[in-house]
Amino acid sequence: MNAVAIQSAAQESWEDVCSLDDVLPATGVCALVAGQQVAIVRASDTVYAIGNFDPFSKAFVLSRGIVGDRGGIPKIASPIYKQSFDLRTGQCLDDARVRVPTYEVRVERGRILVCCQPRAGGSSGA
Amino acid sequence: MSRRDLVVVGNGMVGHKFLELLLEDERREEWNVVTFCEEPRLAYDRVNLSSFFSGKTAADLSLAEPGLYEEAGVTVLLGDRAVSIDRQARRVASAKGARVRYDKLVLATGSAPLVPPIPGRESQGCFVYRTIEDLESIRSYAAQARTGVVIGGGLLGLEAANALNHMGLETHVVEFAPRLMAMQVDEDGGRILRGKIEVLGVSVHTGKNTSEIVAEGGRVTEIRFADGGALAADMVVFSAGIRARDELARECGLAIGERGGVTIDDRCRTSDPDILAIGECAQYRGRTYGLVGPGYQMARTAVSTVTGGDAKLGTFDMSTKLKLMGVDVASFGDAHATRPGCRVVAFTDSADGIYKKLVVSADRQRLLGGVLVGDASSYGQLLQLTQNQIPLRGRPEQLILPQSAGANPPALGVDALPEAATICTCQNVAKSVICRAICDEKLSSVGAIKAATRAGTGCGSCTPLLGEILGREMKKAGKAVSNHLCEHFPRSRQELYHLVRLHRIRGFDELIAKHGRGSGCEICKPAVASILASTWNEHVLDGDRVGLQDTNDRFLANIQRGGSYSVVPRVPGGEITPDQLIALGRTAKHFGLYSKITGAQRVDLFGARLEQLPEIWRELIAAGFESGHAYGKALRTVKSCVGSTWCRFGVQDSVSMAIKLENRYKGLRSPHKLKSAVSGCARECAEAQGKDFGVIATEKGYNLYLCGNGGMKPQHAQLFAPDLDEETLIRYLDRFLMFYVRTADRLQRTASWFNNLEGGIEYLRKVLIEDSLGVCAELEAEMAHIVATYRCEWKATIEDPAKLSRFRTFVNSAAPDPSLVQIRQRAQHRPATWQEKAPLLREAVG
Ligand code: SRM
Ligand SMILES: Cc1cc2nc3c(=O)[nH]c(=O)nc-3n(C[C@H](O)[C@H](O)[C@H](O)COP(=O)(O)OP(=O)(O)OC[C@H]3O[C@@H](n4cnc5c(N)ncnc54)[C@H](O)[C@@H]3O)c2cc1C
Ligand code: SF4
Ligand code: FES
Repeated sequence: MNAVAIQSAAQESWEDVCSLDDVLPATGVCALVAGQQVAIVRASDTVYAIGNFDPFSKAFVLSRGIVGDRGGIPKIASPIYKQSFDLRTGQCLDDARVRVPTYEVRVERGRILVCCQPRAGGSSGA
Repeated sequence: MSRRDLVVVGNGMVGHKFLELLLEDERREEWNVVTFCEEPRLAYDRVNLSSFFSGKTAADLSLAEPGLYEEAGVTVLLGDRAVSIDRQARRVASAKGARVRYDKLVLATGSAPLVPPIPGRESQGCFVYRTIEDLESIRSYAAQARTGVVIGGGLLGLEAANALNHMGLETHVVEFAPRLMAMQVDEDGGRILRGKIEVLGVSVHTGKNTSEIVAEGGRVTEIRFADGGALAADMVVFSAGIRARDELARECGLAIGERGGVTIDDRCRTSDPDILAIGECAQYRGRTYGLVGPGYQMARTAVSTVTGGDAKLGTFDMSTKLKLMGVDVASFGDAHATRPGCRVVAFTDSADGIYKKLVVSADRQRLLGGVLVGDASSYGQLLQLTQNQIPLRGRPEQLILPQSAGANPPALGVDALPEAATICTCQNVAKSVICRAICDEKLSSVGAIKAATRAGTGCGSCTPLLGEILGREMKKAGKAVSNHLCEHFPRSRQELYHLVRLHRIRGFDELIAKHGRGSGCEICKPAVASILASTWNEHVLDGDRVGLQDTNDRFLANIQRGGSYSVVPRVPGGEITPDQLIALGRTAKHFGLYSKITGAQRVDLFGARLEQLPEIWRELIAAGFESGHAYGKALRTVKSCVGSTWCRFGVQDSVSMAIKLENRYKGLRSPHKLKSAVSGCARECAEAQGKDFGVIATEKGYNLYLCGNGGMKPQHAQLFAPDLDEETLIRYLDRFLMFYVRTADRLQRTASWFNNLEGGIEYLRKVLIEDSLGVCAELEAEMAHIVATYRCEWKATIEDPAKLSRFRTFVNSAAPDPSLVQIRQRAQHRPATWQEKAPLLREAVG
């Protein structure tokens, strides 16, 4: 775990994936970022990025889920078996033991940029 | 504080349960945990092992959440067997040479199948039935075998026989005892069970002592009995019982029970207080326990012992229920009536193959146990009456006699159970815990109850009870909380429907701003999308609606295992021309799609990638096909039989009627899917009485049936009106469908909607025929609008570049999704299972 954190700090790079308009409000799309499938999700004026892999169904589909909130937590529900994930931390809201990776995102001049390395430990970026 | 070392030998069901519970314990940090796992994979659901033959993969059966052990810092020595314990040095040695120190050691080594010392038992073609590897070997050997013999007619033996039977083998069960499942059922029950199993084509040989297994060229060919008889056999599966794996304990001098098993006390400690034993390898009060429930109870007690608690083992519940080859068998409590003074009440129906026996106390006030064969639907209830010692109301035989029509079954609903009643024996969850979870966490499905309380995640036999408790609690809550859609809308679906219509609301944002809160979720968004569609009939991908749709509606296709999609074009009434068949075949071939005839008279094409969907539909539309709405809560199909045009019995043209109805109602969005059928005569080949609306032709016209259901809980449709002419039939249907769309809950099929309508079919007739609510004109007008504004969703989509631009897998690349790996099977292909493709994708999972 520690090893990953050190590495990401050392060689952080960003990728321009699409324009903000490519993602309709309250939906997600999937981008390939350094070979990884990343779900880029717009939820109430914020853009989030989490892994596209759904550990429950073992399919790369999270970007196709429904975006919303649970008790104010912005989240996306897997389209397969409907578990929800906190968009800020990747934490599964239905199973404390499961968490998906999250990525840092920036919006610059209408373009969405994603950091190529997942955040270490999935700590909250909010 | 320095950590102490805890070693667990065996990562089977019970060893895993122990670790899972330990990891949740607050004192878990005190321990450094290592586990030996002899099998090549972590614990899996052995209870459901046989489902491996019906398509479940090793990954599906896995019990450990992905990453659980790694994240918790548990060291797993996978594929390594512990071979000796040095109690002086407190060290365990393994086959691969590991030496691991312990402060506390937990033995969870389970059992091994017992193979009786019959000459020839080592021949090729002899198997046992315990691990995934065993089943893999059985499967591959069975491919070249014709006849299979299972030695042992107990619970596991019958399960193995079932598997062989399903693989197409001529199957025999040989049992030494005079009856099947001697452990669970009594003589009469055994006889009924035998009859049921023989009907399924499995031969049963009881009272047979196998004396030899004959092999030719090393391969099994025959088995011989002590009485001189013989049976030809290409393969043999031993299922003659199990033997505790106590070899490690024996060698290091721990006390062992007379009939095997590591002796433990009520805190799961062996004769060495630093060594515990749990699960099938443990022997407690003179016996071992071959069920997962007692094992889990031991795991809980052992965690308590290790973490300084004082939990003790209670009495074990050895009740079992299973469905073998479609035959229910259950036994519970004192099934063999051993309690002094107890009485037995039995019911036998040899025609239908039903046997039920109850054991009651001398005063007939309490249920002590029982046996059920052929119909175990009341198992959950009876078990609860037994375990909770609930006083019986009325005569005990009422509990097992078939209900005569109209008579009310004696009340034994979940309400009768005390709060402390254990509902799930596997996970030890009480009724009060379940009720509290439903209430506090606003649970609304059995799945959610399972996630929150773990009830129902063991053998699964308590799930019907969970459903009932949920129903009751929801009903109770209904008075206070009402039927709010979800946390975002304090309203029912019906109320929202009326608000949308009344205030002419056309978008989700407007509705939630005025009548809800927050930003919505996967429950309210599709429900509102459906209301908007049934009201305005605008394209489901217009405006802000894209993000409201479930993935199926969002991409107008059905998502499948792994993330590919399937495509189902409409085939009204199931009538299809040779040219259309060719066109479907051509498109399937062009895109490499797996093709299958569905259960509803059409063709499903599977394995499409997201970005291929528009291209596929371009071809299908060019060939004259329309969307079949297989992805939507909408009208699916109107099945038909061939009817009077060809059939010598047909009295009306059912195909024409089915096509007419399907074309009229196609595209109608509803609270749940709608299915229909038209049969040309009373023989009912289209199964119209199992549909949401069904039509059966008569000499004089059409009988209309409403609110039937296939699926999970089949229900016959009710005759709503007889001998209708075509015009009246359609008028009634327009009214019926819109009335349902208006008033049903989200995801409520017509059958359960009907079951909740006070007044039943009479009430429906009043509203829809006599217009008692004065709404019929409105309902007809609403339907007329839907019919007039129908457009094929796929046609509209491929004509709209903005909509089309969303059908891509990656926003920044045209590459196909590398995770969609396919494997050839029976001249087509199927999606690779996770296990098959995981090695290729490990990197991508991150
Ligand atoms: C493809 C098909 C099986 C097949 O290969 O034959 C099928 C496949 C699915 N059915 Fe079905 N059902 C199919 C015919 C049926 C039938 C038979 C029929 O329609 O005549 C039934 C029983 C009739 C009925 O519905 O009353 C049926 C009862 C169900 C149910 C149980 C509904 C219920 O009320 O109990 C579900 C679950 C649900 O809808 O919640 C279900 C759900 C599903 C889902 C959507 C499960 C899922 O969530 O993935 C499956 C995916 C469909 C897809 O294409 O991806 N399917 N399903 C059949 C498609 C028919 C078609 O041409 O549209
Ligand atoms: C086909 C089948 C159907 C069943 N159906 C039911 C049912 O319907 N209801 C029910 O309650 N029960 C059922 N059971 C029984 C249930 O599966 C067992 O009670 C349960 O698995 C016992 O768990 P356990 O951990 O004690 O043993 P196991 O699950 O057998 O686990 C023991 C593990 O320890 C490993 N091991 C052993 N020795 C060593 C060693 N020296 N070093 C390292 N590892 C070792 C073994 O390889 C094994 O993986 C069924 C069993 C089978 C085979
Ligand atoms: S949902 Fe229908 S199609 Fe899918 S597995 Fe179940 S029965 Fe078969
Ligand atoms: S009783 Fe076995 S899962 Fe609940």
